[in-house]
Amino acid sequence: MDFDLSDEQRLLQETVQQFLENECPMARLRELFDDETGYDAVLWKGLAELGLAGIHLPGEYGGSELEILDLAVVSETLGALAAPVPFLSHSLATEAIVAGGSEAQQARLLPDCASGERLATVAFAEEGGAWLPEQWTLDVSEGTVSGTKEIVEFGEQADAFVVGLAGGRLGVVERSASGVEIQRVEGADRTRRIARVSFDASPIEVLERSGPESAARVVDVGLVLLAADAFGGARRLVDMSVEYAKSREQFGVTIGHFQALKHQLANMAIEIEPARALYWYAAHAVDHVADDATRTAAIAKSHVCDRYSQIARDATEAHGGIGYTWEGDTQIWFKRAMFDRVFLGTPRVHQDRAAELAGW
Amino acid sequence: MDLSYGEEIESFREEVKSFLSSNWPPAEGGDKAEQLQAFRLKATDAGYLNRGVPKQYGGSEQAPDSLKGSVIGEEFRRARAPMEPAGIGTMMLVPTLLDRGEEWQKEKFVRATIQGELGWCQGYSEPGSGSDLASLKTKGELVGDEWVINGQKIWTSSAVEADYMFCLVRTEPEAKKHAGISYLLIDMKQPGIDVRPLKQMTGSSEFNEVFLNDVRTPKDWIVGNRGEGWLVSRTTLKHERAGIGAAGQSVALLQGLVALARERKLNGRPAIEDTEIRRKLAELEGYVRAHQYSSYLQMTKDLKGENPGVIQLMTKINSTNMGHMVAKLAMEILGDDGLAAPSSEGLMSLRGGDAGSAGRWISQYMSSLGVAIAGGTANVQRNVIAERGFGLPRDAAANKSSK
Repeated sequence: MDFDLSDEQRLLQETVQQFLENECPMARLRELFDDETGYDAVLWKGLAELGLAGIHLPGEYGGSELEILDLAVVSETLGALAAPVPFLSHSLATEAIVAGGSEAQQARLLPDCASGERLATVAFAEEGGAWLPEQWTLDVSEGTVSGTKEIVEFGEQADAFVVGLAGGRLGVVERSASGVEIQRVEGADRTRRIARVSFDASPIEVLERSGPESAARVVDVGLVLLAADAFGGARRLVDMSVEYAKSREQFGVTIGHFQALKHQLANMAIEIEPARALYWYAAHAVDHVADDATRTAAIAKSHVCDRYSQIARDATEAHGGIGYTWEGDTQIWFKRAMFDRVFLGTPRVHQDRAAELAGW
Repeated sequence: MDLSYGEEIESFREEVKSFLSSNWPPAEGGDKAEQLQAFRLKATDAGYLNRGVPKQYGGSEQAPDSLKGSVIGEEFRRARAPMEPAGIGTMMLVPTLLDRGEEWQKEKFVRATIQGELGWCQGYSEPGSGSDLASLKTKGELVGDEWVINGQKIWTSSAVEADYMFCLVRTEPEAKKHAGISYLLIDMKQPGIDVRPLKQMTGSSEFNEVFLNDVRTPKDWIVGNRGEGWLVSRTTLKHERAGIGAAGQSVALLQGLVALARERKLNGRPAIEDTEIRRKLAELEGYVRAHQYSSYLQMTKDLKGENPGVIQLMTKINSTNMGHMVAKLAMEILGDDGLAAPSSEGLMSLRGGDAGSAGRWISQYMSSLGVAIAGGTANVQRNVIAERGFGLPRDAAANKSSK
C-alpha cells in the first residue's frame, strides 16, 4: 500500500510551480487577466519545453508516457497558481487523438502537439449544456462537418479542434479549414478564455478508432483534471484566507484572533482537505481500475467542484471588502471555480450519472 | 501509487483467514463466554490480538504494522469474529499503563483488562469542566497511606459495571492549573461512590454521573508522579486518536442508507428513484470516499514515518460531519416515519435486514450528535485545526486561564 505521490510527481509539481512563479508572477497574471485575449504564447511554450504538452503521450511521438495521475498533479499546481494556460483542453485533445486515432493518425498529429508547436483544443459542448458524447449531434457528411460548438477553451488561439460527433466519434478540424468561424465569448474566468466555434461544411478528419469508448475516456480524464484544478484552487484560497487573517488588523489585533473567523477557516479546510485523496484515487482509477473509473471521475468532479464553489464564496467573505474588488486577488480563483464547475457538465449532471451508473 | 497490499501482506492475510476458518465460529451448544475467552487467547497466541501488549502481560507483542493491523481487522470483521474486548480499559488505560505505569501496576491490571476480566471507566469531565478539562475541581488529599477523594465526575460511560476508574484529580491546589492534576486509579466497588445514570435524548442511558464522597485509594495507585496527571492523560488521548477505522464506518453507513432508499417509498415510488435523493446520495458518496481515501493516505504516511499534515486533525470532525449528513438524509427518506420514537437498541446494526427499521435511523439521527460532542466537541476540533494546523493565535481566554 503506497497511497501517495512519488518523488518524481512531487518534483514535477515543484518544477511547474517554480517556473510559473518566475515567468508568471502575480503582476503578469493580472496583466493577462485584464488583457483582451488573455493568452501568452511564450508562457505556454515555456511550459511545453518542460514537457507539459505531452506528459501522457507515447514516447515515440515525443511524449513522456506518464499516467493520468501525473497529468492531474500538474493540473492541481496550475489550479493553485491560476495559470492562464491551455493545459486542460490541449491535454484532452491529445488524449482524444491517442484514444481514438489510428497509428498513422497519431504519428502524423501528435509530435507537433507533444512539442507544443501546435495547440489543440476540444470542441465538445453543444447548446443547452450538451457536453457528453451521447448528446453530441454534429455529423460528418462527405468528409465535412457543419454546426456549432460552445465553450471551446482557448478557441481563438488553437491550431486544431478535436470535435465531438454523433455516436461518440471524434474528428479533427484545422483552424485554417474552410467554413470555420471563431467567435470570442466573454466568460467570467479570464485565465481560461472561451469561444464559440462554428463549422460550415468544414473538412474534418475523423479519428478512425474513435467511438463511445474513446470519447468516454477523454471525458473521464477531463473530469479528473477539473477536480484536480479545483482542489489546487480551493486549497490556495484557504491559504490566502489564513494569511489574510494573520496580517489584517481590527480592534488592535489580527483578525485571526477571532474565533468566528478561525472556525470559518477551519470549516473551509475540513471541506477541501480530504478531496486531495479523492482526486488522486480518481486519476489512478482512469489508468488502473477500469470498472470504477467513469463513476469515480463523475463523483470526484461533482464533489470537488462543489467544494471549490463554496470555498470561493467563503474566501471572498473572509477577505472582507477587498475580496469584493477587481483589485483583490480572490476574484481570480472565484472565477476559476465558476469555470471548473461548468466545464464538461455541472456537478448535478455528474451526480445524476453517478446514480445511474450505480444502478440506483 | 500502489493500492495493493503487496505479496507479504497478502500471504499474511491467507494465514489470518485459515486461522479464522478453523477457529471461528465455535461449535454449537458450548458455553458462549468460555468459547469467547478461549478464542481470544488463541488469537492472541497467534499474534492477531493485543499486538501492542508485551507477552509478559498477556499480549502478543508484535512489531507495529498498520497494514497487518488493518488486514486483521478486515478479516475478523468479514468472519464476524470478536476482537479485543471493547471498552475504554483496552483502548486507553492499557496503552497508558504500558507507557507510564509502574511494573506492579502493569502486572496487576494489564492482563486482566485485555482478557475482559476487569472493566474500567474514565473519570475526566466534570459538570464545570468540559472543553476546559484542566479546570477540574475533584480534590485528592493524601491522608497517611491513602488518597481521599471528593468531587463529581460526569459523562462517565460504563460507570455502573466498571470495576475501576482512571481518574484526573486535583492533588496540588497551589500549583498552576495543568500542573496540579494527578492520574489516580480508583476501586469503584466501595462506599462513597454513587453512580447515577443519565438519561439521554434517545431514551437510553450510556453515561452516568459519579459522585465521589471520601473515596479512598492507596497512595501508590497513581500513574506518573504527583502533578503529572495532565501529561499522562495526554498519552491516553494520543492512543485514542491512533484508533482509526472511522472511515469504514462511514462507508457502511452510506451502504445502509442506499439500502434504506431502495426499501422505502416516497410519493408512491421507491425513494432511490427520486432525483433529489439520488443527488444527495451521490453528494454524500463524494464526502465518504474522500474520507476513505484520506485514511489510505494517512496510513501510507504512518508507514513511512512521515507527517500526514493538517488532515490528521480532521479525522474526528469529518466522521461526525458524515454522521450528521447520513442522519439528515435518512430522515428525508423516512418521510412521516421520521416522527417515530428512537429505537431503544441504540446504534443501528447495518448488517442484516434491519436497515429499514425507522427507529434505528432515528436513533442515529440523535446519537450522531452525541458522537459530535463526546471526546472534544466539533467547535473544539475547529479551534485545534485553526491553532495547531494554521498557526492562528490561541483563544485569548484559554491562553489567560492556562497561567
